[in-house]
Amino acid sequence: MASRTISKDIITLKGSAAIVGEFFGYAANSILYNRGVYPEESFAKVKKYGLTMLLTQDDGVKSFIASLTSQLSEWLESGKLQRVVLVIMSKATSEVLERWNFNIETDAEVVEKGVIREKSDKEIMREIQAIMRQIASCITYLPCLDEPCVFDVLAYTDKDVAVPFTWIESDAKLIQNPQMVKLHSFDTKIHKVDTLVSYKNDEWDEQ
Amino acid sequence: MDAASSISSEKSRIASRRPLQDVGSRPYIPSLLTSSRNPSSSRQYGDRFIPDRSSMDFDMAYYLLTEPRKEKENMAVASPSKEAYRKLLADTLLSNRSRILSFKSKPPAPSEGICNEFSSNVTSAAQTKPARQRRYIPQSAERTLDAPDLVDDYYLNLLDWGSSNVLSIALGNTVYLWDASSGSTSELVTVDDDSGPVTSVSWAPDGRHIAVGLNSSDIQLWDSSSNHLLRTLRGVHQSRVGSLAWNNNILTTGGMDGAIVNNDVRIRSHIVQTYRGHHQEVCGLKWQGSGHQLASGGNDNLLHIWDLSMGSSSNLAHNQNQWLHRFEDHMAAVKALAWCPFQSNLLASGGGGGDRCIKFWNTHTGACLNSVDTGSQVCSLLWNKNERELLSSHGFTQNQLTLWKYPSMVKISELTGHTSRVLFMAQSPDGCTVASAAGDETLRFWNVFGNPETPKPAAKSASLGPFASFNHIR
Repeated sequence: MASRTISKDIITLKGSAAIVGEFFGYAANSILYNRGVYPEESFAKVKKYGLTMLLTQDDGVKSFIASLTSQLSEWLESGKLQRVVLVIMSKATSEVLERWNFNIETDAEVVEKGVIREKSDKEIMREIQAIMRQIASCITYLPCLDEPCVFDVLAYTDKDVAVPFTWIESDAKLIQNPQMVKLHSFDTKIHKVDTLVSYKNDEWDEQ
Repeated sequence: MDAASSISSEKSRIASRRPLQDVGSRPYIPSLLTSSRNPSSSRQYGDRFIPDRSSMDFDMAYYLLTEPRKEKENMAVASPSKEAYRKLLADTLLSNRSRILSFKSKPPAPSEGICNEFSSNVTSAAQTKPARQRRYIPQSAERTLDAPDLVDDYYLNLLDWGSSNVLSIALGNTVYLWDASSGSTSELVTVDDDSGPVTSVSWAPDGRHIAVGLNSSDIQLWDSSSNHLLRTLRGVHQSRVGSLAWNNNILTTGGMDGAIVNNDVRIRSHIVQTYRGHHQEVCGLKWQGSGHQLASGGNDNLLHIWDLSMGSSSNLAHNQNQWLHRFEDHMAAVKALAWCPFQSNLLASGGGGGDRCIKFWNTHTGACLNSVDTGSQVCSLLWNKNERELLSSHGFTQNQLTLWKYPSMVKISELTGHTSRVLFMAQSPDGCTVASAAGDETLRFWNVFGNPETPKPAAKSASLGPFASFNHIR
């Protein structure tokens, strides 16, 4: 983010990757809080994006998200990250209940030639804010998670990415016949992030 | 989403995008789904569906929609090899467009405190039935047989289940046969005290002949149908023969002297190749399904991969670089070895008490793909032939069998019952039942790999058909 202090409207690849990486960190925290994956008491309030965001204080979760965002930023800088998915699964059965999909489109020209784009800081923050508000409001229509849940994060990368030592290949953890709701997207002019939540369809009880 | 106004530009952009992975391999038509269900009447959370056209791949959707119909039309003419090729092609083109990664170390599960918030009957119901949609895995042994005098020695291989559905187990100096279809027991041979105890048994692929390795370093070949000793291989090893593996007419033997020898059982001078690389007892020996590569594990903590054609004839024994790969990552003896049935160059190996790890290897490249600390000695490993699952058997402290999902290595089930380390496991020819023999001198049968209706009938008829014995020219 250092590059953005030089001139307010110029965005470099590195800066963009930092913004997007940071966004994932806050988004993941927000989802974990709002969906009640971890107890409410384990979160603390911070000001961010002009909103009050909640960040986990649990050391295990904290370090997981920290190492996640640093790896994601690295991939974002090389333009090899296609998608990040936060999966919420039932703790007992490992059944996938929700998938929070963040589709990423990278401007190939920027990665290859190092072109610099312009977009005001404020505008990006406003777009991110809109997504964060939407995540918080999702509880109104998502089915209740009435059993203990765990989460995992999947990263979809290009085929040619060398798998880092701490990562392993995973299956897609798909939901059969999901409901999908598209949320807002944001764009740093280098990375465009589309958000979509898919969740398990309730059984058709009465027809 | 005003798609109609700019349909042409939209379409060209769509073509370059990836398909939405949730759609998976079945056609998904959002508009039909939403209209088929009346949102106002049926559900409280009957929220709107907003189709995300930008992340759908219409070409792909069309292909997936029309493909099943075309397949039906072509069913009659497609040859099996063509079919396999088409599947492989579809696999790589359709689903494997990107690589999906996740952290090895999973985030911590929420503490028990949060679980208490949910009504207790919900959680207890979920725990007693760990897999609602998956198959039911019985938690106790289906059958338990007594196995008195079973030698409690980690380095031996005393249990095997042949393709004719007969189980062989060595108890002390005697080899017993247990016919799984009738449940009858018979004695194959009792060796005298000078040459016993029996240190290894292995069925030949035909399910009729059986090799018996002895403490005296001799190897006997028996015909199980007539209880007749066919030949004795002498002078192959200096000391006891703890591991055996068949590759068609080649019987590979691994001895306490660290040598691995390929014996062609058809010819008079039976020693055809020798692999040298271990300097302590060879306790794990498995041929790859295709018969090209041999995996061997020893008490020297080494795991070797050998090529069928790479062994030296016995008089040129001093060539040291014969192995294809040498893995030194295990910290204890490597006895448990299992070649993956659905991925030919994938090998799973398990280490002994000082190591406790299951490791996965790509034997083509020599890369270690994954390593999981199981917390207990790994005595034996088996792959499920029908699902992507791995079964491991363990020693102290729980003496359990653990069923793992591959590649996520999530524990699906833990089967306890044995009261001493579970030394040996063998899989029934249909791949569904697993027999385990443990230091507590029991032989237990577990119905862990699903129901017997799944295996291909072709394989069954080939091995059990009336003219099966005529396929073998000896």
